[in-house]
Amino acid sequence: MTTRESRCVGYLFSDRSHETIMTPEMFTAEQRALFGAVAAFTEKEVVPRRKEIEAKTPGLMAALLKKAGGIGALGLDIADEHGGSGTDKTTSMLMAESISREGGFAVSFGAHTGIGTLPIVFFGTDEQKQRYLPALATGEKLAAYALTEAGSGSDALAARATATLSADGKHWILNGQKQWITNAGFADVFIVFAKIDGTQFTGFIVERGMPGVSIGPEEHKLGIRGSSTCTLILENVPVPVQNVLGEPGRGHRIAFNVLNVGRLKLGVFAVGGVKSILRETLPYARERRQFGKALIEFPLIREKFATLLADLYALESMGYRATGAIDAYTAETGKGMEALEELNIESSILKVFGSELLGRAADEALQILGGYGYMEDYPLAKVYRDVRINRIFEGTNEINRMLVPGVLLKRAMKGQLPLMDAFQAASASVSLPEDVVDRATVQARTLALILTGRAAMQFMQGLEEEQEALAALADIHQAAFGLDSVRRRLVQADNQALHLPLARAYAIQEMDRLIARAGRFALDLGGAELHAELAPLLAPLPVSRTAALREVATRYVERGQYWLGAGTVA
Amino acid sequence: MKILVTVKRVMDYNVKPKVKPDGSGVVTDGVNMIVNPFDEIAVEESLKLKEKNGGEVVVLSIGTKDTTTQIRAALAMGADRGILVLADGSVDPDAAARLIKAVYEQEKPDLVVLGKQAIDDDSSQAGQLLAEYLGLPQATFASKVDVAGKTVTVTREVDGGLETISFDMPGVVTADLRLNTPRYASLPGIMKAKKKEVKEFTPAALGVDIAPKVKVLKLEEPKARQAGQKVPDVATLVGKLRNEAKAL
Repeated sequence: MTTRESRCVGYLFSDRSHETIMTPEMFTAEQRALFGAVAAFTEKEVVPRRKEIEAKTPGLMAALLKKAGGIGALGLDIADEHGGSGTDKTTSMLMAESISREGGFAVSFGAHTGIGTLPIVFFGTDEQKQRYLPALATGEKLAAYALTEAGSGSDALAARATATLSADGKHWILNGQKQWITNAGFADVFIVFAKIDGTQFTGFIVERGMPGVSIGPEEHKLGIRGSSTCTLILENVPVPVQNVLGEPGRGHRIAFNVLNVGRLKLGVFAVGGVKSILRETLPYARERRQFGKALIEFPLIREKFATLLADLYALESMGYRATGAIDAYTAETGKGMEALEELNIESSILKVFGSELLGRAADEALQILGGYGYMEDYPLAKVYRDVRINRIFEGTNEINRMLVPGVLLKRAMKGQLPLMDAFQAASASVSLPEDVVDRATVQARTLALILTGRAAMQFMQGLEEEQEALAALADIHQAAFGLDSVRRRLVQADNQALHLPLARAYAIQEMDRLIARAGRFALDLGGAELHAELAPLLAPLPVSRTAALREVATRYVERGQYWLGAGTVA
Repeated sequence: MKILVTVKRVMDYNVKPKVKPDGSGVVTDGVNMIVNPFDEIAVEESLKLKEKNGGEVVVLSIGTKDTTTQIRAALAMGADRGILVLADGSVDPDAAARLIKAVYEQEKPDLVVLGKQAIDDDSSQAGQLLAEYLGLPQATFASKVDVAGKTVTVTREVDGGLETISFDMPGVVTADLRLNTPRYASLPGIMKAKKKEVKEFTPAALGVDIAPKVKVLKLEEPKARQAGQKVPDVATLVGKLRNEAKAL
């Protein structure tokens, strides 16, 4: 009997192989239909207006969001009784993937449906939900999330905005300035964080129309120019006490939990983003001729596509594995927010891997277009500017890398994860399977266990300060998560032939990266002795990387598109 | 009013069709299938008529079990229930018309709305044949449909202008491209569609023999165009045009 995976870091435990992970091959007909509907909306309403969106045509972004509300795309995470359609996370993430064709729109959509709406979904009182959610579900009202200040970005809890109770006890008087607030130009509802009496970090629902609320000018940004980004200025704003979100002094719970969703969503947005970039680039590579041949006939151009496709396959495998586990956890316990918290290690990995893959995709695609790629008349220059933000917001990639081993070890210490036993059991003399995908998975898992265990023992409580070690461990865990997800997706697939070229190519290139990262980390941590001990695990896969990538490229060119995942035929 | 509207499962128009090596048809494996765009327009018009006049919209399709996806797409737009007549392989327009007639006789709708043609075989016959078999009035290639009481007024785009005709229900209308812009299925609509009824019949149960009257012998891809040539001067060009291309 198989059960669905519903807990975190399944990739570290070989004895969890009886569990089924969620894969894109398991999307239901309904999920595919929903994806198709949103993809059609994006294709017809958003993509043709890229230039107008980029130019911040007044009213356009709000109108597009309201239109998305008209087809129900804003209410997926909102329960039926509050005017939404209450789907599972996999479905709402699929929608995020299908809407991510234009950077500015995707970010505005994400800010409204994610960080703008979810705090009320998760922490609102019944009365607050009834008051706000129906209008947020239709887009009649649009939302924004106001956490960052000039002096507090990554260190969000250092915010200086204050809330003081009015003399009659009916209002909190808010003062402060919130910076770089997405959607601020048109949002009606703001989730604002301020400190009660300068100490207790608390969430508030602030409306645009309240006295003392004003909005600064639009910022001039490197990318995602179509999205609105302004300062929210609060000057003695009387916020009714009924508008406190969650418990006073517990605002960090809202801020962090909402970020868990944001990170997961960003990983899935990246799946859509990379697909979109590939779709823009392939026709050019087919048409553009140099030296009497189409670009796509040159091996180095094909290698670029193949490398991106293999990593895309891995990102997609990790992303939907995580959303599936969140849905299974929610189904078991009925606690959706706890489920997001459970999978927050995976969310951080997805945020980092997704944003960096998206960055590489934009960079390589621009390179394929060559000089044309550098011209603003062609779409890649804008994409190149747009994607850069993804490594910065929703927690910088540095912060997210710290979180991966940090959260993991915290759970291990608390005894929530049987990691100490796993560290003990892991050994470099583990027998390595013949098949390259299996073999890479075992190598990566064992490296992750041994090196995490060693680092924890060596630095003990001091590990928190060893940021270089934490970042290395995060990358090693990303490889282990990626390889295990790809291997399981391959094993679970009905038509393995469709998956095999991607899985093999990913295994080879991920192992090459892992060997460099883990090998250097082993030397830093335990010198030549540890490196020698781990030698069997640090061996590259004994097959041709070139041959594996060429196979992927051949399939891709034959099919003319990425042939798996959402938006393709089941 | 009760409306019967038909949808056909066809290949996505973004896909470049490939002929099977044996010439018996086109490759559909791994190819995205959609609702015939003219049928989508027919569904939209039916829904608009229902919104204005009340009643029910029943979606009918003919095909394999997979065709349920296209029926659900129409249900997601807002149609009330579906009927699938199970048929493998190709069903020619005449057989389709006789199947629709059989369903018409069960359902007794006020109006049958079809797309003016399907984008796969471009026959544009089913609607006309259906009206003939039922002995009902037909208004084809509609670019505007109005209903007042029992009377349906249809505007048709004809060469050099517009033609307006009217008939009393029941009758058959086929939809042209400019009749309307189909709505997006809303996401809650898609989720509700799953719960709507789709009844299945076999042609035998409807008493219809669907053996094709028209036999497709062979499909062939158009010949690949030959690559162009560069010529050094006008004289060579004229020579080639005269002697090789025989264009002069």
